[in-house]
Amino acid sequence: MQTDSISLARPDMQPVPNSRSTGLDLRPMKPRSTFVLSCLFFGFAFLYIPILTMIAWSFNDSRLMSVWTGFSFRWYAALWENEQVIDALLLSLRIAFVSATFATVLGTLAALAMTRMGRFRGRTAFSGMLAAPLVMPEVITGLSLLMLFVSLQVLIGWPAGRGADTIAIAHITFGMAYVAVVVQSRLAAMDRSLEEAAMDLGGRPMAVTLDITLPLIAPAMLSGWLLAFTLSLDDLVIASFVSGPESSTLPMVIYSKVKLGITPDINALAAIIVGIVGTGVAIAGWLMVRTARRQAPARR
Amino acid sequence: MQRGADPVSAARGEALWRRAVVGIPYFWLLVFFAIPFVIILRISFADPIIGAPPFTPLYDAEEGIYATGDNYRFLAEDDLYWVSYLKSIRIALVSTLLCLLLGYPMAYGIARARSTTRNLLLLLVILPFWTSFLLRVYAWMGMLSNQGVINKALMGLGLTDGPVQFLYTDFAVYLGIVYSYLPFMILPLYATLEGLDENLMDAAADLGGRPRQVFFDITVPMSAPGILAGSLLVFIPSLGEFVIPSLLGGLETLMIGKTLFDEFFVNRDWPLASAVATVLVLILILPIVLFQRYSATAERLNRQ
Repeated sequence: MQTDSISLARPDMQPVPNSRSTGLDLRPMKPRSTFVLSCLFFGFAFLYIPILTMIAWSFNDSRLMSVWTGFSFRWYAALWENEQVIDALLLSLRIAFVSATFATVLGTLAALAMTRMGRFRGRTAFSGMLAAPLVMPEVITGLSLLMLFVSLQVLIGWPAGRGADTIAIAHITFGMAYVAVVVQSRLAAMDRSLEEAAMDLGGRPMAVTLDITLPLIAPAMLSGWLLAFTLSLDDLVIASFVSGPESSTLPMVIYSKVKLGITPDINALAAIIVGIVGTGVAIAGWLMVRTARRQAPARR
Repeated sequence: MQRGADPVSAARGEALWRRAVVGIPYFWLLVFFAIPFVIILRISFADPIIGAPPFTPLYDAEEGIYATGDNYRFLAEDDLYWVSYLKSIRIALVSTLLCLLLGYPMAYGIARARSTTRNLLLLLVILPFWTSFLLRVYAWMGMLSNQGVINKALMGLGLTDGPVQFLYTDFAVYLGIVYSYLPFMILPLYATLEGLDENLMDAAADLGGRPRQVFFDITVPMSAPGILAGSLLVFIPSLGEFVIPSLLGGLETLMIGKTLFDEFFVNRDWPLASAVATVLVLILILPIVLFQRYSATAERLNRQ
């Protein structure tokens, strides 16, 4: 079973199973080398200094990111008045909500297919198609989906144009792969005795899945949904390929601004996003650690 | 659920349920993931034309089947593409190695930390993923620019007289890739290192192995699955990376993801872009298959 806090990680980064249980660790702390400690220090400084610097500059009164002229919220105000940014944000949120929801349904079905349906024809191809979107470079996914949409339009007249719908379809496709990994690892690690008991009592597979399995994997589905939502909100490359002329998502607007150089209102936007996400992840992490700690004595 | 329902229709319902659970996601992936590859392969053999869609049809009632190898011939002859592919491979390889060199000791340190510290450190590794990738790359634009923090520090310390050009160079691209993909390296490494049986290391030390020897003879070989997983997770996506070379790289930073993007959006040559993508997929097939076999093994082990 994985350490609880790691379940917040993107699932593709935790494919290595390990047998060690979670909870309190009673191992004595090993003396560690200064080398390891300095790598940890340097590594975390490397990961965090750029983000923190960017947040700090977002409160600078000056347009330049070189001189500090005073503390100000003016870039936050400028952001609020920027209709292009607000429209793009609303479009991105809408697409992310729809695609995360569909991705959760499809990804959960895919995870059930992989873990609860035994062997079926084409299982190897299925697991391949489910894992590939996790690593496939975005330019390839984007280009190939656009070619599909264009070809479909010529053949059957659908989709009639490109916009929010086609972006959502693209996001559902990679989102479901991520949801599938999260839900699949939960299904694989889960104690099956409840499901087996329900089967023994005469429950049909479909009823058992809906009444027993689904409530048990609901937390994994939720974290899958959040992951798909975040990834959709963040995608620039695939959306650039499959969007139409009138649908610019937030990353597309940010990219076109940033491509011209650094702009302080984007610093403010980044600070807001980091603030929201940081708070959310910190709360989730704290809740998980607390649950793990409470459950730890009971498990032993 | 109707539990006392007529058994025949219930059995039919179950068969339908089973078919839906497998069939719906299967159909979706087939249509929106697999078939698109067949389509780019087919378009890569077409000629660009002015029209909608801007490429020649594969089959025409009058002319029959039409396919041309011109795009691939052009790819082979024009240095731009060779240089882009080779440079991408080099940048991806070096960045993967750098991630491994920095990520391994970090993962090791996290795995050996006390439980509370460990959870906190893991959270700190994971946190950047939930914030925008684009904005994290953008953060480096501010850091590296001529008036940025780094140049100011260097000049303040008197190490350089004028600003050093960091932004828009290959150096910035390496930095950006290592920065963005480092957590992808740390987490699988952490997962294997955390699962290692420490008694083995203790036994090796008791038998007279020196710390360095124990580390290289026992710990490193035993963490090979994590090294492989982490390396593939960094190498494959960074090979086709677009955002980092586009924002941090200079004109000479020809990475294939950027070349493909520009080919498509600037030159509007869809068949050529398809050919570029097809070759990129061919390069990536081996690492992707490795990754999939790895995931399949992990999944099997997970079930036991």
